[in-house]
Amino acid sequence: MKTVFVTVGTTSFDELIESITSPETVQALTARGYERLVLQVGRGSLVPAADSSPHVTLEAYRFKDSIAEDIEQADLVISHAGAGSCLESLGAGKSLLVVVNDKLMNNHQLEMARQLHMDSHLLYCTCSTLTETLRTMDLSVLQPFLPGQPKNFAHFLDKALGVQ
Amino acid sequence: MCFGHFWSSGAAVAVMAFLEGAVYAAGFICLLFIIRLYYIVKTGSSYKPGAKGPVAVLVVAGSGGHTTEILRLMESLSAGYTPRHYVIADTDRMSEEKICSFESSKQNSDSESQFSICRIPRSREVLQSWSSSVLSTLHALRFSLPLVFRLRPDVVLCNGPGTCVPLCVAALLLGILGMKKVLIVYVESICRVQTLSLTGKILYPISDYFFVQWSSLRDKYPKSIFLGRIV
Repeated sequence: MKTVFVTVGTTSFDELIESITSPETVQALTARGYERLVLQVGRGSLVPAADSSPHVTLEAYRFKDSIAEDIEQADLVISHAGAGSCLESLGAGKSLLVVVNDKLMNNHQLEMARQLHMDSHLLYCTCSTLTETLRTMDLSVLQPFLPGQPKNFAHFLDKALGVQ
Repeated sequence: MCFGHFWSSGAAVAVMAFLEGAVYAAGFICLLFIIRLYYIVKTGSSYKPGAKGPVAVLVVAGSGGHTTEILRLMESLSAGYTPRHYVIADTDRMSEEKICSFESSKQNSDSESQFSICRIPRSREVLQSWSSSVLSTLHALRFSLPLVFRLRPDVVLCNGPGTCVPLCVAALLLGILGMKKVLIVYVESICRVQTLSLTGKILYPISDYFFVQWSSLRDKYPKSIFLGRIV
């Protein structure tokens, strides 16, 4: 079953949860063949009931110790701009659509999502353009995200500190 | 009464002389301090603690993402970095678990794995105001100084939580006082693309190795080291 996983991290992002479960957005998702929607809603006030969207299988929860499994099972991850969620999804090799919370100004976390978007590693939109983005997006333009190389750091430090 | 007046003006002269002396002494100590500070920061890159044997590391784990990043870095370091002392903020529960599971997985690969976890008060909660941050950082310094003086690490490795500032200041003080040169290795979090974090800005002038993970930051901060993404 083609699955979309939506994550808002440790904060709340009711607007995203509201947008993604709206009839037009659900229709855009089903038109693309997505049949299952898993929502991690964090501290938000909105926890949609399983039967609230008749056209998709819907699950919602606030927090889990690890969302790695949900990411693994997803075909598309829709995330807030948090660095942790972005890196975890990209690290798992998933297609990622970041929805920016434009009510949060000067959030430095946006910096990284924006840069990763410029480097074509993820798609980027706001709640108001979410439905349109889901209708028109082309996931094939996304470039694979190669993991960082801590070994380079270790080699540098070994040499600098004289560690054998 | 006349005598009393004479006594008090004599005392006043003595007090003035003492104060003057104290000011000169304080100025002299400050000057020595600055010269030492300059010397310590300048000579850091030629200091090679690894040549003498294992390198003791003080690792500042922050919370959440910071801990994940720093453990990625620790994962890549060889057994030559022993022992490893992790410092976490006392309000942080998640990090301790992550560190323990990381260290126990490392234990399989090298037999003499040694680590400890120390707690200090958090110097800055997210979104805390500037002025109260200064106070709580001073409070954290009271705990950082004895900790760093006791552990005497060769290297302090940190990547951005506010907790690193008092620890790096303590490490620097160890060097200024001539007790032990402690290298400060700072890795700016991968989240910072265009601007340094507040901690990064504070530690940029005093760290011995300052890593950034995006080329845009390297261009702005010439002293920084850029090896691509390293976490």
